[in-house]
Amino acid sequence: MTDHGQENAQRFADAGRPAIIRIEAVNKWFDDFHVLKDIDLTVGAGEKVVVCGPSGSGKSTLIRCINRLESHEQGLIEVDGIELTDDNKRISEIRSEVGMVFQQFNLFPHLTVLENCTLGPIRARGLSKTDARALAMEFLEKVRIPEQADKYPSQLSGGQQQRVAIARSLCMRPKIMLFDEPTSALDPEMINEVLDVMTELAESGMTMLCVTHEMGFARRVADTMVFMDHGEIVEMASPETFFSTPKSDRCKDFLEKILHH
Amino acid sequence: MSDSATNSGHPGPGATAPPTTKPAQLWWKSTWFDIVQFVALGGLLVWLTGRGMAAMDYRWQWYRLPRAFYRVIDGELIWGPLIDGLLVTLEIAAWGMVLTLVIGLVTAVLRLSDSIAGRILAKVYLETIRNTPLLVQVSIFYFVLQPILGINNPLWTGILCLAFFEGSFASEIIRAGINSVSRGQWEASATVGLNRLQAYRYVVLPQAVPLMLPPLTGILVNLIKHSAILSFVAVFELTTEARNLIADTFLSFEVWFVVGGMYLVMTISLSSLVALLERRIRARG
Repeated sequence: MTDHGQENAQRFADAGRPAIIRIEAVNKWFDDFHVLKDIDLTVGAGEKVVVCGPSGSGKSTLIRCINRLESHEQGLIEVDGIELTDDNKRISEIRSEVGMVFQQFNLFPHLTVLENCTLGPIRARGLSKTDARALAMEFLEKVRIPEQADKYPSQLSGGQQQRVAIARSLCMRPKIMLFDEPTSALDPEMINEVLDVMTELAESGMTMLCVTHEMGFARRVADTMVFMDHGEIVEMASPETFFSTPKSDRCKDFLEKILHH
Repeated sequence: MSDSATNSGHPGPGATAPPTTKPAQLWWKSTWFDIVQFVALGGLLVWLTGRGMAAMDYRWQWYRLPRAFYRVIDGELIWGPLIDGLLVTLEIAAWGMVLTLVIGLVTAVLRLSDSIAGRILAKVYLETIRNTPLLVQVSIFYFVLQPILGINNPLWTGILCLAFFEGSFASEIIRAGINSVSRGQWEASATVGLNRLQAYRYVVLPQAVPLMLPPLTGILVNLIKHSAILSFVAVFELTTEARNLIADTFLSFEVWFVVGGMYLVMTISLSSLVALLERRIRARG
């Protein structure tokens, strides 16, 4: 185990949460580019982890490995007791517990907002149309856009689209939500409406891994801050420690850049 | 409110009034001049053809043509050879289209799959079919594959051959259409629990098909046109019937003009039908 592995285990014992994601000594390469280097990270049920770092540091790749949108080449990833391998059955089991929100929303443009939300529940979960609709409306209300249910994604603003994407994920009743820079493609005035929904979701006890540069949100919501650079986890700490006394120079440097602009 | 006045569009004092009439159109850009040009060109073509005909001393015998469509014998209607041929051509076109689309879709999906064997198989099929003459393929299907596979029916041999030929072109169009759907759509499908087949069916194809329709129509039009080649292997479709009819009657000009027109009606109806379909899909969202 690396230093971070121990740090991780210690932090974990302190919080007393059962682990829901275990990542141990994970390595990944894109051809010759070593994108993830010996990553160790354990996430407890209900924990909120915010991953930050400069672009190209591997943070998106890391969370995309958790639901197998990318495959890791070495090491262990275990989600809710299921080890992630090439086995398609396990992959789909894990995916059914993990929701994901993308930077580019990735809503289905040919389906209405409601249909975007009911497609998974109907086709993958076998829910009846009526049940799926009721479920979808419940979550569209949670993200505060039930009145847009019959519109197409292209008729909505970016912030609204991203909230639909969150509702669409929640309709699959995941245990874990992954957020891959959910506000980076939004106009500034729409960022808060998405962050508010994410904050509420965090308060409801959802396990969340967020790649984001919204440090205000991170301070408010995160239990744990993870700083990545060049494919490594450089620093891992509670938000108080992370923002007040970052240990490494790389992390100080990064925080200075994004906090004083 | 003071700005309601400016919003209602009344010109303020001092504004110049817009011109009340459209400026006169230049005469050589008018519709009338277009029509005159069209008629003049058409007239020239007719005159040239007529002069050629006169020189050839061709005797038009249009009155003999209706017999090629139908005859009434003892109060009973009997279809003539051109109608028989038309029906066979339509049958080839209908089955051919279905098979072309199936073969095209399967090949496209194979080429995009993770299976190496599948990709190689698709590639070999594509390169072979696209780089050899259709007439040679028809011959191989008819003289070689038909006896080997034990298909006892030149019509079906012909349909299969055409479908494999057009299917190779259709597969490239389908592949391009599928590729035009962004990777994020696949990823989003996976995260809401859809498997690959479901992602194709509910997410990717519904977005790709409207893009594929115009070029695919071209392939289906080709299918109808290329079906004429089957006259080479004893399939009694429209062109074969026309050739036999000419051999019997020597009405070569009349028959070829009419047969050409019949193909034109088939292909243009197909294109218009697809255009209509396309508009309806687009209107839906």
